[in-house]
Amino acid sequence: MLLKILYRNAFRHKLRTALTVFGVLVAILAFSLLRTVIDAWYAGVEASSSTRLITRNSISLIFSLPLSYREKIRQADGVTGVSYGNWFGGYYIEPKNFFANFALESKSYLDLYPEYVFQGQEKAAFLRDRKGAVAGRKLAERFGWKVGDTITLKGTIFPGDWPLVLRAIYRGKDKTVDETQLFFHWDYLNEVIRKTRPARADQVGFYILGVNHARDAARTAATVDALFRNSLAETLTETEKAFQLSFVSMSEVIITVIQLVSIVVIVIILAVVANTMAMSVRERLWEYAVFKTLGFSGGQIALLILGESLVITTLGGALGILLTFPVVNVFAQAVGQFFPTFNVDRMTIYLACVASVLVGVIAAIFPMRQAIRVHIAEGLRRVG
Amino acid sequence: MQLLFYYSFRNLLTRWVTTLLTALGMALVVFVFAAILMLAEGLQQTLVDTGSFDNVMVIRRSSESEVQSGVERLEAAIVETQPEVALGQDGHPLLAKELVVLITLQKKDSGSRANVVIRGISPYSLALRPQVRMVAGRLPRPGSAEIMVGQSLAKRFHNVGLAKSLFFATRSWTVVGIFDAGDTGFSSEIWGDVDQLMQAFRRPVYSSVLFKLRDSTGFQAVKKGLESDPRLTVEALRETEYYRKQSEVLATFLRILGLSLTVIFSLGAVVGAMITMYSAVANRTAEIGTLRALGFKRSNILLAFLLESLILSLLGGGAGLLCVSLLQLVSVSTTNFQTFSELAFSFSLSADIVVKALAFSLIMGFAGGILPAFRAARMNIVESLREG
Repeated sequence: MLLKILYRNAFRHKLRTALTVFGVLVAILAFSLLRTVIDAWYAGVEASSSTRLITRNSISLIFSLPLSYREKIRQADGVTGVSYGNWFGGYYIEPKNFFANFALESKSYLDLYPEYVFQGQEKAAFLRDRKGAVAGRKLAERFGWKVGDTITLKGTIFPGDWPLVLRAIYRGKDKTVDETQLFFHWDYLNEVIRKTRPARADQVGFYILGVNHARDAARTAATVDALFRNSLAETLTETEKAFQLSFVSMSEVIITVIQLVSIVVIVIILAVVANTMAMSVRERLWEYAVFKTLGFSGGQIALLILGESLVITTLGGALGILLTFPVVNVFAQAVGQFFPTFNVDRMTIYLACVASVLVGVIAAIFPMRQAIRVHIAEGLRRVG
Repeated sequence: MQLLFYYSFRNLLTRWVTTLLTALGMALVVFVFAAILMLAEGLQQTLVDTGSFDNVMVIRRSSESEVQSGVERLEAAIVETQPEVALGQDGHPLLAKELVVLITLQKKDSGSRANVVIRGISPYSLALRPQVRMVAGRLPRPGSAEIMVGQSLAKRFHNVGLAKSLFFATRSWTVVGIFDAGDTGFSSEIWGDVDQLMQAFRRPVYSSVLFKLRDSTGFQAVKKGLESDPRLTVEALRETEYYRKQSEVLATFLRILGLSLTVIFSLGAVVGAMITMYSAVANRTAEIGTLRALGFKRSNILLAFLLESLILSLLGGGAGLLCVSLLQLVSVSTTNFQTFSELAFSFSLSADIVVKALAFSLIMGFAGGILPAFRAARMNIVESLREG
């Protein structure tokens, strides 16, 4: 009964209410979309494991570590597995075809990363072929690669053309795994470098360490760094999560801007809804005066207004949330190359619900006060 | 016409709460629109100003940026002997062989670590970059472990003030000077002697060779000469072109982000304007009838309401621009993923952006006002008079 009154009241001005609902819908949609973009930024952090450590040169990422560190790291307390590799930084045909590509010690790497899932014999085929490469499912789809194709990467850090044969395509165990990477054998890279630029051979960009338990991570990291203190290449060891976070924090400003903007969009829609409610109440002040004459209290009238405002915003919010999913899918296809994973988080949905309710409440405050305060005689005198 | 304008303006004043709320919505949209354009503009200005047109940058072929590039000593010497290189007053070629590497430093405000460019400079590096001048201290002496830092770097990072020392590459380096390079990328760099840095980092190759052209039109010739020389694997770019390329991805990203955001936001604001205008029309039905009865034409009514909406949007747009112009005082820094290093730049408001933002707000006002104005103009005189 009450809901019916609220609904009737809300849709007395069909056009105005429809427009307001549309506005809320757009705002909630934008809000969810922006939150999802931020989540996508943190996807690498979410997907990282707490039982893996990354060791790199303490000066910065562009400096390498000698290959001889591998044996020393392997002997350190708590380390259960060691792999290593280089950021290759190559591109396919044109520089704008950018994607993550690494040269890795493949066998130990795949042991440390069980979340990459292979079909049938592909993994074995990759490990057998010295010029073999592995690509993620999304990456392979982007360029239309099939197993057996020859892919020639152009090196930016390691000059020249690098012909590789795609031997396997991996899938992620779950949705958070990045399926847009390519990697090939570090041995192949090193062999070529040894011939062309011997001074740069036997150098490793980073080591990946496996530990048994997350609680061992800090101690193991300290042990490894202590091994190489005061050497020519000091190391910095941190958990994979911290390592990924350091990349995210580089674009802090952009993330902050997006976060701010996602709040601004809610404020904009707040102004629109507040306007609608203010107008509705101003037009109906004499009605409220009649209600008061009949004996309704100011509080009851205020509740009616609050309810009406909530009907509008929750309707818009619900439609916006429903639309979020198809829109995110379209968006993901458009910007897939920037963001490896693009999923709507449950938290986003909750926040969107909270936002739409909050807008409904705040928008109703000012009109409610007006309706409570109006004197019967004054209200009745008013026209329109 | 003046009467119409006055009528519209007074109408907005009478219903000031609604006017204010609607204008606020539009102001926010214009604010976001202009802010993001300013950010992209500021970024591009910073990077484009970094280069000068007559300088030529030589880096290793297909290395995209100085950080990834490597030019052997022998190759650098070949570049030095090109006849197109300008000579200084002392008869030496105006050419600098430089080393560019990254180190991580801690930021003052957030405590997070960021990659910072260290540039090893040759005696002519400063002559090639007239925008660089010292603000405190002195130049580092060649052959010593002394460095100077850019001003925006000194502001934002720990431990890089004058007379402080930094420890990296197993050596301690004393900061002897602070330089200012205006709104350019150099302001976010550390400079030291190239030979000392090459030794310390154990990187016996230069990253780039920079020289001034003897004659500005000689660029194509020297480019062709260098790139077809079988002893070299390099590419030559004008310095301006090189820095424009460096900012391309980030600027494009900002523009796309800005554009998609404002399109979505403006939908919200247009809806707000439409609601306001429809209700303005509905409230004044009798008034419109009276005006028509007095002899005002339909087109006059249409114009009056459209004008009201346009004034409203201009009000919002003006307020938004006013707020956004304050942003010019703010400087931001982020990582440019093409060079992988920290870069400070500020919001920059150009006349172009002001015009765009105002035009944008007028478009929003027009889109929101045109339908309600049509409704007002199409009203029947008798019926509307009866409604009052």
